[in-house]
Amino acid sequence: MAIKDGLEGAAPQGVVLTTVSRVVQHLRAGSTWPVTMGLACCSIEMMASGTGRFDLARFGMEVFRASPRQADLMLINGRMSHKMAPVVRQVYDQMSDPKWVISMGACASSGGIFNNYAVVQGVDHVVPIDIYLPGCPPRPEMLIHAILELDEQIKREPLGKDRAKVAREVEAAALAAVPTSEMKGLLV
Amino acid sequence: MTTGYLAPQPDAELDGTEYVAGGGDWKDIADEVARRKEERVVVNMGPQHPSTHGVLRLVLEMDGETVTETRVGVGFLHTGIEKTMEYRTWVQGSALATRMDYVASIMNEGAYVLAVEKLAGVTDQIPERAQILRVLMMELARISSHLVALGSAGNELGGTTLMTIAFREREQILRFFEMVTGQRMNNAYLRPGGVAQDLPDGALDFLKRVYPSMVRGLNDFDNMIMANPIWKLRTVGIAELNLAGCMALGITGPMVRATGLPLDLRKDAPYSGYENYDFEVCTADTADAYGRYLVRSNEMRESMKIVAQCIDKLEALGPAPVMIEDPALAWPAKLSVGPDGQGQAPEHVKEIMSGSMESLIHHFKLVTEGFRVPPGQAFHAIEHAKGMYGVHVVSDGGTRPYRVHMREPSYNNLQAMSVLCDGGTISDVVVALASIDPVMGGVDR
Repeated sequence: MAIKDGLEGAAPQGVVLTTVSRVVQHLRAGSTWPVTMGLACCSIEMMASGTGRFDLARFGMEVFRASPRQADLMLINGRMSHKMAPVVRQVYDQMSDPKWVISMGACASSGGIFNNYAVVQGVDHVVPIDIYLPGCPPRPEMLIHAILELDEQIKREPLGKDRAKVAREVEAAALAAVPTSEMKGLLV
Repeated sequence: MTTGYLAPQPDAELDGTEYVAGGGDWKDIADEVARRKEERVVVNMGPQHPSTHGVLRLVLEMDGETVTETRVGVGFLHTGIEKTMEYRTWVQGSALATRMDYVASIMNEGAYVLAVEKLAGVTDQIPERAQILRVLMMELARISSHLVALGSAGNELGGTTLMTIAFREREQILRFFEMVTGQRMNNAYLRPGGVAQDLPDGALDFLKRVYPSMVRGLNDFDNMIMANPIWKLRTVGIAELNLAGCMALGITGPMVRATGLPLDLRKDAPYSGYENYDFEVCTADTADAYGRYLVRSNEMRESMKIVAQCIDKLEALGPAPVMIEDPALAWPAKLSVGPDGQGQAPEHVKEIMSGSMESLIHHFKLVTEGFRVPPGQAFHAIEHAKGMYGVHVVSDGGTRPYRVHMREPSYNNLQAMSVLCDGGTISDVVVALASIDPVMGGVDR
């Protein structure tokens, strides 16, 4: 700590840092601007959630950004074809850190009813997902709830180096996990 | 060769320089283009872009602000729905068709079930109440589709208010859909042989209650845009395509009606009893983007007239079956709200379970395996919100389609894109696209 005197000097170690992270977490959670990644049916419900009856603006997140540079939340809504997958990844890469992703709808989460040659069976093959939102399509209230739930997660997220550490740990755990195809025997 | 935008290099293969917007300032690219004195610039628009209706890619060749050549790239939402249908029963096909053009879901189902019924040869056995319910739902779907077309077009031109007002009216329709089908979108309500279930208690009363406010809302919406000078500046004389052009490109729907031709399959080849309804075919004579919106706006009010007639007919008819009599085809279900929110009516379960063993087997076979459709093929077309929607079904006599193909109006209408845009400015590209009103779920399927 550079400042040793005054109020901060009198406070116990670590208080300032915790407070800063809380402030940052609060600000981050309160201003999640989504990038429009409308793919299919769910994007119509996303549009509906921004309009009168549901009014996403009540929670400060109606600012749908056309440019990924200005957004920190990616709403992937709808079925993602193999042709679209590289585009989704590119848009994700163009977003600046920190960034979060909500996979909206059954198709984005798992391929939905389209278990065929054309559809990627879950967008988590391409980008890391923070919230999976079921439904075909989910109601606008469900989308709003998902974003609010994400805000709660953001409030608990560590800052700075810790964030990178957590990401590495998650990745290591995912790599070490037993793939579904290797899971044999009874479900326990 | 692809290079970063900061260090563009001449490329012999490309016959020019490729600039990649990989971060930084657009001004740098513009300055570099100006420095090189390049007159002809090719701009890529999409597939992720707020102004396209879904994931559509446009390759625009520009001379200054003027578009000299437009190419359209589709297929970013290809879902393989037609192929998936070959692996599902005839009834399940309805749930897949509804997810094609997701803005007017119920109309896709309508075209599909009419084609299946034509192939099965049961078109004249569909109960009257089911026919009326189909017309009612399809017309409401038409209004909701046109509202999205007009609202999102307004949004794309910078008028967010238009979208919020359009969606306000659309919500009333979706609330009715949810009451009747359990889902706001992707309803799978129309089934081969009839409809999934009859109207629940109170649904018709709800529709009657919101009807006046919807008519008022549609009139407000029309007053707000059709005489609006800003809207007119952006749409009058923009993206023109005359009747000859529409005929050459196979264009249907509001686009062709905006050229003055009253082409409407509800009048020309009536289905589901449309000949019993009193309504006008709306046309315009401007053949431009403004005319297309005028046609859509008037069509919504004509559809409201049909909805009113449906309500009257349903009330006059009273309780009646909504599924075909033929036990080999009829979906053996009777839904009711149980303790878990939805389920089979207890008396219906009792009828299946405590009847004969054969009755139980029949029910089981019909639900798990599905009914059979005689070998052959059939084509049926309806007047979809976007134009002529045709379904071609082929059966080999099994419980699943051998092949299903959709003639999607969005896809055919999208062909006009280069004719509409060439010679115009880049700002009118968005207007042209919005006036076609393609839904990529339908285009790519």
